[in-house]
Amino acid sequence: MKNYFIITLVILAASAKAQVKISGRVTDNKKHPVIGASITLKDTYDGGVTDSAGNYSFTSLEKGEYQLEARSMNYQAAIQIVQLSKENLVINFQLKEVLNELTAVTITAGAFEASDRKRAAAVLNNLDIVTVGGANADVTSAIKTLPGAQQVGEQEGLFVRGGAGYETKQFIDGSLVNNPFGTSVPDIASRGRYPSSLFKGTIFSTGGYSAVYGQALSSVLILESIDLPQQSEATVSLSTVFAGGGFQHLAKNNRSSFGVNAGYTNLAAYFNIVKQKPDYFKMPSFYNGDANARFKTKKGMVKYYTNFTKGVLGLRRGNINDHSLKNAIDLDNTNWYHNLSWRETLKNGWKMQLSSSFSTNKDLINQQVQNSDNKPVSTGLIYIDSTNFKLNRLEQLTQAKAVFEKKLPGVNAVRFGAEHWYNNTHTIVNQYDILLKDHLTSVFAETDIHLTNDWAIKSGARLEYSSILEKANISPRISMAYKTGPQSQLSAAYGTFYQKPENNILQYTTQLGFTKSTHYLINWQKTTTAQVFRTEIFYKKYNNLVKTYPTFNTDGDGYAQGWEIFWRDKKSIKNLDYWVSYSFLDTKRDFLRYPGQLQPTFAAKHTASLVTKKFIMKWKTGFNFTYTFATGRPYYFMQENNGKIEIKDQGKTISYNNLGFSANYVPSAGNPNAKRHFILVASVTNLLNSKQVFGYNYNHNGSYKEAINPPAQRFIFLGCFITWGLNRTDEIINNNL
Amino acid sequence: MKKMILSLLLISSITLNAQNEKYTQIMGSTLKAFDEAKTSAELTALAAKFERIGDAEKTEWLPYYYAAMIKARLSMMEAANKDQTADEATVIIGKAEALSSNNSEIYCVKSMIATAKMLVDPMNRWQQYGAESAKNLAAAKAADTTNPRPYVLEANALKNTPENFGGGCKTAKPIAEKAIALFTNSQPVNSLYPDWGKEMVESIIKDCK
Repeated sequence: MKNYFIITLVILAASAKAQVKISGRVTDNKKHPVIGASITLKDTYDGGVTDSAGNYSFTSLEKGEYQLEARSMNYQAAIQIVQLSKENLVINFQLKEVLNELTAVTITAGAFEASDRKRAAAVLNNLDIVTVGGANADVTSAIKTLPGAQQVGEQEGLFVRGGAGYETKQFIDGSLVNNPFGTSVPDIASRGRYPSSLFKGTIFSTGGYSAVYGQALSSVLILESIDLPQQSEATVSLSTVFAGGGFQHLAKNNRSSFGVNAGYTNLAAYFNIVKQKPDYFKMPSFYNGDANARFKTKKGMVKYYTNFTKGVLGLRRGNINDHSLKNAIDLDNTNWYHNLSWRETLKNGWKMQLSSSFSTNKDLINQQVQNSDNKPVSTGLIYIDSTNFKLNRLEQLTQAKAVFEKKLPGVNAVRFGAEHWYNNTHTIVNQYDILLKDHLTSVFAETDIHLTNDWAIKSGARLEYSSILEKANISPRISMAYKTGPQSQLSAAYGTFYQKPENNILQYTTQLGFTKSTHYLINWQKTTTAQVFRTEIFYKKYNNLVKTYPTFNTDGDGYAQGWEIFWRDKKSIKNLDYWVSYSFLDTKRDFLRYPGQLQPTFAAKHTASLVTKKFIMKWKTGFNFTYTFATGRPYYFMQENNGKIEIKDQGKTISYNNLGFSANYVPSAGNPNAKRHFILVASVTNLLNSKQVFGYNYNHNGSYKEAINPPAQRFIFLGCFITWGLNRTDEIINNNL
Repeated sequence: MKKMILSLLLISSITLNAQNEKYTQIMGSTLKAFDEAKTSAELTALAAKFERIGDAEKTEWLPYYYAAMIKARLSMMEAANKDQTADEATVIIGKAEALSSNNSEIYCVKSMIATAKMLVDPMNRWQQYGAESAKNLAAAKAADTTNPRPYVLEANALKNTPENFGGGCKTAKPIAEKAIALFTNSQPVNSLYPDWGKEMVESIIKDCK
């Protein structure tokens, strides 16, 4: 017994003397050092860590055959067998990178992402959108502060990179939204229908977007609705123009929720105090209701959302051809929207996203020439009398879409799917009765391939067939991104995009083809947690644009090119978050009645925005300013002469300036125990009272023109929101810290 | 024969003891080095060493616990790779949890890791990781009502939160006092067990006089 013990001791003592040094270098496959890699002599305590040059060194008393392992996050561990005896060892490792969703490059060409998810592409979060000063929590108004979007004030919609408003399409949870804005009267823009609080993610793509989306020549705005609310809550909102309330109920097991909201908007009181240029004989008023139900499935989510709006308005403006007369227009709109979606993670790396929507939109619009006593008159002059019209239009869109995705090894994926839109529009205008029905079927496929963590390629194609045009198109799309540094990357995209002519064209003839655009863009972006810089250059070619003269055809064409800058900074100035965007746009197109390629009336050469946000904790108040500037836009007077359209007059409007401001007072800020939360919001557009001219209207022979201005110089909003339940105030503060 | 078996048994028990002693010894010396470590390079090396001890031992959660705790601290200290370091800590604490479930001390480290993740980008991550940190602190308190360390972490977090946000001395001090009371009644299981935190709360109480 004693002997054994002694022998053991002797062996131990002997080995203690024979210490072996093991050292080496760990690099990646590009021979760059891997810093902080852990080196382990398996099943012993011995090992080391690589330094900033990738070198390691340690000593061991062990003898015999061992496994030496090198490992580091984001790399595949490597093992080498070593024989430990007397000699020191030099063992080098070369580690292979593991493809990883978090570190892999994301393609950012053309896309601005606002989401709460931690994604490389996200340059804004969703609250940033809600708190843009002067945007009145309207998603589109906030998006207009990003590069690529024009400051078009007389119409709703996003006018992107030389494209018209209808060339931008909005999608909610994968489904196209047919009427994202309220129906408007000429020269007065309407607001978006859906509250920004409905969405958790927004992607604003100014070009080169994925094959999953189609029928948009210029841009897509992809909105993703929230999943479950964080807590049950009830809200009441009161403002100068709006009263509403609602609740959200979250089930005890946190797996399902439902909610209802209802509201009423009426601008009568506001218009009495703040004088408007038009004479409103029917004050704008809207009833709005929405409801939602959401539940978690095994590994996914089912969501249903519905929104109902009924609105009326009526106004009179001077008749441009005869100043003793007036044009009275009244509008009655009913819109009901349904969206049902189901996303599920299936077995073996498959994912599925099913979405469907149904919307019905009814417009009754009546325009009448009236005399000074507001009675209808007939002048006998065709250019006056022909402006009388009665329109009754019912638009219905039913759609279904399925997207399947299969994850491949690494972070690669293949995605494919199909969608079907059934559009049914029945218009009765004066004595004409027009029925338009279109089945638009699309199939699409794309792959995401990551060659390394630093290099990704997305390529795909989309095939569409429209029954009303009896034509098909196929559009290839390809985009790629390359990491140029730990925080910077270069992206590029190319694609062709098709869109069928609008219904107001198709009602004259359906013997038309798809309009087409081709996008080329290159983007460079550098992102840290507190700063984002991006710049993009693009070239866009338009083909087959709709012409309405001399006949309806699709022989129009055009181009757009330019560059854009975006800079966001949350750290240089303490407690101030700001972003700046600048867009340079050179575009011309030959479409509609244009006699040749002209700069369209909705395109300005230079556009810039400055958005600032600051929360002052002492006053529990946030202050948000937004300044937007755009150079003048062209306007034209065109007239037919000897079978040709001639430009009889043209000019450029004065440049556009708008300083918007909003303040949010949150008395319960910082009180985590408050059960009731109160937010007071004040907001005003055009604080500096700058004169805004959006264009000009001409009389019938072009001898007289009238500026298009907003109905009032400013819009002032005061409101308070009370929430019982969920504490939203911290969200607002944290966003503004 | 009998003798033979007996001696074999004896030998194996000696080697077992030796193994155990070796573990205790290396843990003791590594913990001592940890107490003295100042630079992030030293801490990185120590975290790797604790992880190696854990890997070699296979059944001990404490080495992984210390490795993950150091990584969480490194994530907060260092300017670069904050996310990656915190993610490494998450992987390591997962190994500790696999060996010892519902462990109050492990919940504390998970709370620290969540805080580290939050501090990378507080504005955007506050909601997700703030909640995760609080959830783990609550679990730590529930798993062992006598453990003062969840209160240490809570008091420290409150101390560093502006008063306007419900933090500051007013809310931090009572929690720190609760931690002190628990410290006076608690004894670490053995010399390798966590016993940190007392100085931290003492200084909070001193600052909040």
